[in-house]
Amino acid sequence: MGIEPAKVIRRALGLAPRGPHYLFPRHRLFVRISHWINAGCLAFLLMSGLQIFNAHPALYWGQSSDFDHPLLSMTALDNGSELVGVTQAGPWHFNTTGVLGVSNEDGSPMVRGFPDWATLPGPQWLAMGRLWHFAFAWLFVINGLLFWAYSITRGHARHDLLPTGTDIAHLPREVIDHIKLKFPRGEDAKRYNALQKLAYFSVIFVLGPLIVLTGLTMSPTMDSAFPELLWIFGGRQSARTIHFICAFSFLGFFIIHIAMVVLSGTWNNLRSMITGRYVIEGNKDG
Amino acid sequence: MADNRRRFLARAGASAATLFLGGCTSLSEQPWVVNLLSEVEILTRHAQRLFAGEHALAPEFPKKDIASVFRANGTLNPDTPDYNAHAANGFRDWRIKVGGLVEHPLSISMAALRAMPSRTQITRHDCVEGWSCIGQWTGTPLSLVLAAARPTAAARYVMFFCADNMAQDGDPPQFYYESLDLLEATHPQTLLAYELNGQTLPIEYGAPVRLRAERQLGYKMPKYIKRIEVVDEFKTINGGRGGYWEDQGYNWWGGI
Repeated sequence: MGIEPAKVIRRALGLAPRGPHYLFPRHRLFVRISHWINAGCLAFLLMSGLQIFNAHPALYWGQSSDFDHPLLSMTALDNGSELVGVTQAGPWHFNTTGVLGVSNEDGSPMVRGFPDWATLPGPQWLAMGRLWHFAFAWLFVINGLLFWAYSITRGHARHDLLPTGTDIAHLPREVIDHIKLKFPRGEDAKRYNALQKLAYFSVIFVLGPLIVLTGLTMSPTMDSAFPELLWIFGGRQSARTIHFICAFSFLGFFIIHIAMVVLSGTWNNLRSMITGRYVIEGNKDG
Repeated sequence: MADNRRRFLARAGASAATLFLGGCTSLSEQPWVVNLLSEVEILTRHAQRLFAGEHALAPEFPKKDIASVFRANGTLNPDTPDYNAHAANGFRDWRIKVGGLVEHPLSISMAALRAMPSRTQITRHDCVEGWSCIGQWTGTPLSLVLAAARPTAAARYVMFFCADNMAQDGDPPQFYYESLDLLEATHPQTLLAYELNGQTLPIEYGAPVRLRAERQLGYKMPKYIKRIEVVDEFKTINGGRGGYWEDQGYNWWGGI
């Protein structure tokens, strides 16, 4: 089978093939609405979260802050002529001027953890960052709980998301296929492959609850109500560190997710998450 | 061609991000947005109260967890002539006035406060910035002081007025103040604290007396307390939002 460039390009862009194809109902309305609310929430939560982090750009392990030994910190040094941004992770120190520790705000260098293009609001404004963060945290939790209820009661979690034994057995093969950018087509494209199941299942049922619970562990009132939280996560400062790691895991998931959406048929994927319909190559009964 | 397209896409992406960010930053300056987002605080407060109830205690820690250096934050010394005179005198003449909606207004000296039953607790102090420090606090439960003053049936909030001026030099004075509702104010761990780690409270931590409200963030625990006032609402007091930082846009509910 020779390579046909036109076909490959149409596939990558996700345009309907010239040959036989049909529309397959891929995502239900509930899932589509839930997906986009979640996407919006994550954008607001990440950026307002970085704003909150900037109020004290350092992470610790344990119940309280050992200020002399942070796991990670973003600081600024004045070397006499200019400000130098220093990011420390464990025993390592990096010059991160311009991005972390010191970055430009309205054209002049400012001492701040993450740069203003990554935070909401842009300028240092903790009170406002907290307002955005908690408002979208509520929306994220309510949307997440509704999705859980839907996906568990309608069998979506069990049939579509939970990886099966066969899925696990196919995993090495799929990893190789993904690296070669060979994506499932025809009948195989009607269900999630093992990598997708593993990614979606762990984001929805592990990462999601983990980021919410570590967030709540940072609340002194919630620690009074549920002191177990401190025991589970090893203290408030550990919970803050895990919360931060979860946030960047979400970002990592997002980047890979977008890359896969783009590489495996941009418009076909996007359409299926907007209108629900996904183009399958071949004949309907085939 | 491909280069142009890439440049166009990159520029389009950057513009979209800038629009989104600029939009959200300017939204943050719209009163209606701020008010809408602030409404969420009511939901948070009710939900947290539902879980924590009236009496759930903040976690207490063993002595070994006490921080070797407890970070002092906010005002480190009120440094007014009046305060300095009190400090020079070992706060012997410092009095805490308790008034407002109470049947028995009080004026309590430090000696009288220390003579009342005390509570000692090793708790975690959580700053709104994100850091935490563990320290041992000794003080008089605020509930005992309030019980002696006997709040009237209309009482809803307890206001704390302090000796530290937060205004810049040259601006009209803005003394730190805070408020708790009666439930949090009468919580067993809510103290008028006069000792840290077994020592008389040092100036940078709020000498001679500061509040501990262990289920709340640090800014809800004012230092250098001069006057306590029981009120039914705080809309007409200072900025009207119940505290110095609240008037700068921070949540009144400091439970998260």
